[in-house]
Amino acid sequence: MRVFASAVSAAFFVVASSAGAQQLAPSPTLDAIKARGHIECGVHLGLPGFSFANDKGEWTGLDVDYCKSLAAAVLGDATKVKFTPTSVQQRWAVLQSGQVDLLSRNTTITFSRNATLGVNFQGINFYEGQTFVVRTKAKVAAVKDLADATICVAAGSTEEKMAADWFRERNLKVTIINFQKNDDAISAYDQGRCDAYTAGIGALAGQRIKFKNPEEHQILSEIISNDPQGPVTRWGDERWQLIVRWVLNGTIAAEALGVTSKNVDEMKAKSANSEVRRLLGVEGKFGEMMGISNDWMFNAIKQVGNYGESYERTVGMGSPLKLPRGANQLWTKGGLLFTPPFQ
Amino acid sequence: MIGFLRDRKVRDYFWQGLATIGLLAVVWFFVQNASENMQKAGMATGFQFLWRDSGIEVPFNLTGYKPSDTILALLWTGIVNTILVSVVSIAVATVIGFSVGLLRLSRNWLLSSLAGFYIEFVRNIPLLFFVLFWYFGVLAALPTPRESMGLFDVVFLNRRGLSIPTPNDLAGFRIAIVATLVLIAVQFGLSRWARARQARTGRDFPLWAVGFVLCGALPLAAFVAAGFTTSWDVPTLRGFNYRGGFVLVPEFVALFAALSTYTAGFIAEVVRGGIQSVRQGQLDAGRALGLSPGRVVRLVVIPQAMPVIIPPITSQYLNLIKNSSFGAAIAYPDIVSVFMGSALVATGQAVEIIAITLAIYLTLSLFVSLLMNWYNARHKLVTR
Repeated sequence: MRVFASAVSAAFFVVASSAGAQQLAPSPTLDAIKARGHIECGVHLGLPGFSFANDKGEWTGLDVDYCKSLAAAVLGDATKVKFTPTSVQQRWAVLQSGQVDLLSRNTTITFSRNATLGVNFQGINFYEGQTFVVRTKAKVAAVKDLADATICVAAGSTEEKMAADWFRERNLKVTIINFQKNDDAISAYDQGRCDAYTAGIGALAGQRIKFKNPEEHQILSEIISNDPQGPVTRWGDERWQLIVRWVLNGTIAAEALGVTSKNVDEMKAKSANSEVRRLLGVEGKFGEMMGISNDWMFNAIKQVGNYGESYERTVGMGSPLKLPRGANQLWTKGGLLFTPPFQ
Repeated sequence: MIGFLRDRKVRDYFWQGLATIGLLAVVWFFVQNASENMQKAGMATGFQFLWRDSGIEVPFNLTGYKPSDTILALLWTGIVNTILVSVVSIAVATVIGFSVGLLRLSRNWLLSSLAGFYIEFVRNIPLLFFVLFWYFGVLAALPTPRESMGLFDVVFLNRRGLSIPTPNDLAGFRIAIVATLVLIAVQFGLSRWARARQARTGRDFPLWAVGFVLCGALPLAAFVAAGFTTSWDVPTLRGFNYRGGFVLVPEFVALFAALSTYTAGFIAEVVRGGIQSVRQGQLDAGRALGLSPGRVVRLVVIPQAMPVIIPPITSQYLNLIKNSSFGAAIAYPDIVSVFMGSALVATGQAVEIIAITLAIYLTLSLFVSLLMNWYNARHKLVTR
């Protein structure tokens, strides 16, 4: 009897799945986004180059661009994002409680965060490395010259722990002052409370603009840590995690395949490269497999651009930060950015 | 059978018991629900994290904490720092508050309007602004370490704080502290004896002069003697900063200054109200008995004003303790900054950490309330 019952249900399942469209795992997050008509994206409180709101309230930056790409892919319109600024302390609670659909805010991927916070990291959109900014007249050439110095840092950041560990391992004594907000740490350093302020080299390039006299400060080129950063989602809802991960991969793949916001129409119409055709939805129906439009990456690239375009506009040579690509270059050009194939 | 239900006492206990059980059930439901949901979301739960290594640097601590200690030790450091700044600020706020409150009632127009201006200014400014103003204002006014202001080349003041020498050997100071305690006890006994004698014979005893010697001059001499018998760890400029000795950080000074001057404004109003609640007739009666104006205030006004002053002052003290959490904004390592800030982000266990922090503030506040209620009960006006 029981064997019969399970055979019948198995038959039903086969019939059902072959008859209709592809059966998709339920995705409450995606359903909620479609119902409300925009994505809720958690960003940094204000970090020039990464997520920064201008005086008109328009957000720009590398992390902001990623959320725009995601909105273009999921909803077909890059403007359908609501940005929620989050502090270092708030970010996890805001994500865990479901206030935002994802975080895209200079957050370093670490083991303990992944293992204990109920969050998943969906790839890397920026390879950050921690360093220090000091006054030029202090004559500091290397990080070890900071022995006996006082260092300002944002409390609870990976930088706080990393700096403490780095100096302790080398038996150097430093005084670390923890501020609740990056901006308070920066202004305390600027006021002379500290000899150095520590953050990622990319973040520092942007934050340097906030000093009273930026030219009196120097960013050390020595990097003491490796801080890969990227979008973060909650545990559960695998289909939403899939979309977040592959939109990021898609923007990197587009750069590798030479698809830009300018040539995307032409590429879609004429390209013979089958990976380009799958990426842009001409072949393979990849969007449908995730429950979104097959034009997902076409929209994202058309409206926001590929990774390289976004990088140059926000933190690269087209921006005040003028950060070289460095590790954030494609793997084919000596960088670390890599994407699995669209197959 | 149900006859006992007619007893009012039994029914009261029954309803109170039922209400308690209901409350506990609601609390239990919320705790259970939260931990279940957190487990489902993959978040770590429980209190084991307290025994993990903290790895967090605390620049100002009196507990001997090191970053290799546990998060529990970090929590203790935060609690000590919170208590430290609260106690010192409460003491100074009370002194300033009483002075300003009395000045407010002064017949001197200039003094009373200055006091009035201070009170209105302080009470109408948000505390966070006040804290930041003190912090950045103090920082901007101080010199860089290389241009430090020095006093006899042993005490240095700069933007990194006030560096003072510390003794290498504490034995002499322990003896001095014990001697001081003994002297205070002697003074206390003496004052009781003097009061009894005055009640018996009417003869006055120069209690203040003796007290000045016993509790002021002699202890001072003992500490100076102790200071000469030990070597000192004197701060010296090495590289960026002064090393050695003890550093009173500007965060502490700024928070202490902000909390004490801010709360003093409120205490001053409470004191003024309390004093004005004493009827004019009492003052006149005191004067009619031939008491000097100072004695009228000390023996007639203050004892009658205190019962009015104590309860609202208690809530000012509680406010001050809670307001010390503003220290987090200027990196003063109090419980909010090191535990609810650094440790929370390091471990991500927000629910547990916030619950612990709440419990600690609650305990501190209840303790202060109990203390003040006890004091109030002791000094309550005995009416006949």
